[in-house]
Amino acid sequence: MQEILTVTELTTTIKSLLESAFGFLWVTGEISNLRQPRSGHVYCTLKAENSQIRAVVFRQTLRTIGFDLEDGMNIVCRGRLSVYQQRGEYQLIIDAAEPRGLGALQMAFEQLKKRLEEEGLFDPSRKRNIPFLPRRIGIVTSSTGAAIRDILHITKRRYPSIDILIAPVRVQGVEAPPEICGAIATLNTIEDVDVIIVTRGGGSLEDLFPFNNERVARAIFESKIPVISAVGHEIDFTIADFVADLRAPTPSAAAELVVPIKKELVDTIRSLRLRMINSNQRMTHRRTERLSSYYERVKDPRRRIEDLQMNIDDLSERLVTGLRYGFDVRERQLTNYEGLLKLMNPLTRIHNDVLKLDTMKKGVVVGFQQGMSGLKQRLQKDMALLDILSPLAVLERGYGIVRKLPDGTIFKSIKAVEVGDNVNVTVSSGSFNAQVTEIVRE
Amino acid sequence: MDDMKFEEALARLEEIVKKMENGDLTLEESLDAFEEGIKLSRLCAKKLNEAERRVEILLKDEDENVEIKPFAGDTENG
Repeated sequence: MQEILTVTELTTTIKSLLESAFGFLWVTGEISNLRQPRSGHVYCTLKAENSQIRAVVFRQTLRTIGFDLEDGMNIVCRGRLSVYQQRGEYQLIIDAAEPRGLGALQMAFEQLKKRLEEEGLFDPSRKRNIPFLPRRIGIVTSSTGAAIRDILHITKRRYPSIDILIAPVRVQGVEAPPEICGAIATLNTIEDVDVIIVTRGGGSLEDLFPFNNERVARAIFESKIPVISAVGHEIDFTIADFVADLRAPTPSAAAELVVPIKKELVDTIRSLRLRMINSNQRMTHRRTERLSSYYERVKDPRRRIEDLQMNIDDLSERLVTGLRYGFDVRERQLTNYEGLLKLMNPLTRIHNDVLKLDTMKKGVVVGFQQGMSGLKQRLQKDMALLDILSPLAVLERGYGIVRKLPDGTIFKSIKAVEVGDNVNVTVSSGSFNAQVTEIVRE
Repeated sequence: MDDMKFEEALARLEEIVKKMENGDLTLEESLDAFEEGIKLSRLCAKKLNEAERRVEILLKDEDENVEIKPFAGDTENG
C-alpha cells in the first residue's frame, strides 16, 4: 500500500527538494503582472513563450537592484527557488537583477536618468574640481581588465611617480554594483586619495549596466572625493557619467585628465624660476641704476663747485683778456691823445707866441720909434701949421673970440646972442668980460 | 609650506612671478617674494622628483578588514 502523505508532508518534501536542488540560480524572462502591495515587496510573473514562474522582490532588495522593474521588461535575475507552503506555490525570490536586451536596458536607463536628474544628482553646480596633481589616485575597476592596464600605462608615461591605489571590483554582472559602491566607500576612508576613477573597458550594453545602477550612482554622488567616470568607449554614456564630477570618454582619457605631464610641469617650474630670477635681476639692476643716479645727484654740489670754479676761471680769464684789451685800446687812445696833446702843447704855442710876441715887441719898438719919429715930423709940421692956423695968431691980428657965459659956448653967429648975455671976449694976450647991451644985425 | 599641495605651490609661484614681473613691489617685498618663490620652486621640484610610484591594491581578508598590498599587475614598473 502506498504511503499516504499529508499535504503538509508533501509540500514540505517538495520545498526541501526544490530549495536544495536549485540553490541560487539565474533566470531570464519578461516581467508581467507586476504589482506592489502596501508591504513594499514587488510581486510579478516572469514569463517566456510557454511558461511562467512567480517571482518576488523583497523591499530591502528593491533598493539594491538599482533600476525600476516594469511590466514587459526583460530581465536577468539571480535568486533562489522558494516554496510557499500555505498556497502550495513555488516562486523565485529575486535578490539581484539587470535588464536584458536593448529595449529593457534602454528603458531602465531612461527611467533612472530621468529620476536622478529630477532629484538633482546631475546638477553641474555640485560637481567638484578634479585636483591638479592628486597625491594618490583611487581606481575602482577590475584588477585584471584592460582599463587598469591602460591607466597604469598612461599615468606612468605622463607622471612616473604618481601613486595609485586600486580597489578591485567586478565590473559586470549583478554583483558589480554593490562591489563598486563598497570600493568607493572604502577609498573615501583612505586619507591621501585625492581623486577616484570609476572605470571599465568597453563592452556590451549589458556589460556596462552596473554603471547605470542607481546604487552606484548614489555612491558616486555621496563620495567625498571627486570621482571621474570612464566607462566603455567614447560613445557609451552611463548614469555614472552623469553623476560623476568629470566624465572621461575612455579609461586612457581618464588617466590623461587626472595626471599632468610631469615634464611639462618640470619645464613650467623651471621657466617660472627663471622668470623670477630674471625679473629679480632686472629689478636689482634698475634699482642699482636708480641708486647710482641718485648718488650722482647727491654728489652734485661738489660738481657744481667745480663747475663754478671753472666758470670763475673762465670769467676771470675773459676779464683779464677784456681788461687787457681795454687797456690796449685805452693805451692806444692815450698814445693818440698824447700825440694830440703834444701837438697841442700850449708851451709850444706859448713859445711861438713868445716868439711872436718878441717879434711883435720888436715891431712895436721899431714901429713905435718909427711912429714916434713920424709923429715928431708930423708934429713939427702940424706945429708949424698950428702956428699958422692958431686963433691966437688971428687974435694978434685983432680978432676976438666971444664966449657965452657961464657955459663958454662960442658965439659963431649973431643969432645966438641975446641982450643981457654975459660974455667973455678973448683977445690977444688976454680976455675980458662984457655984457651985451645992444644987438645990431646986418 | 612643506604640506602645501603641488597645485597650491604652483599657483602661488605663478602669482609671485607675475608680481615680480609687474615690478610694483618694494625692495623688501621683492626680496621676500624672491625668497618665497625660490622655496616654492624647490618644493615643486622636490614633489616632482619624488621617487618611483607606489601602485597598490585594496584587499579584504576573511573578516572584511581592508589591507593595502603592492599591486603585482604593474609589470611596467618592473
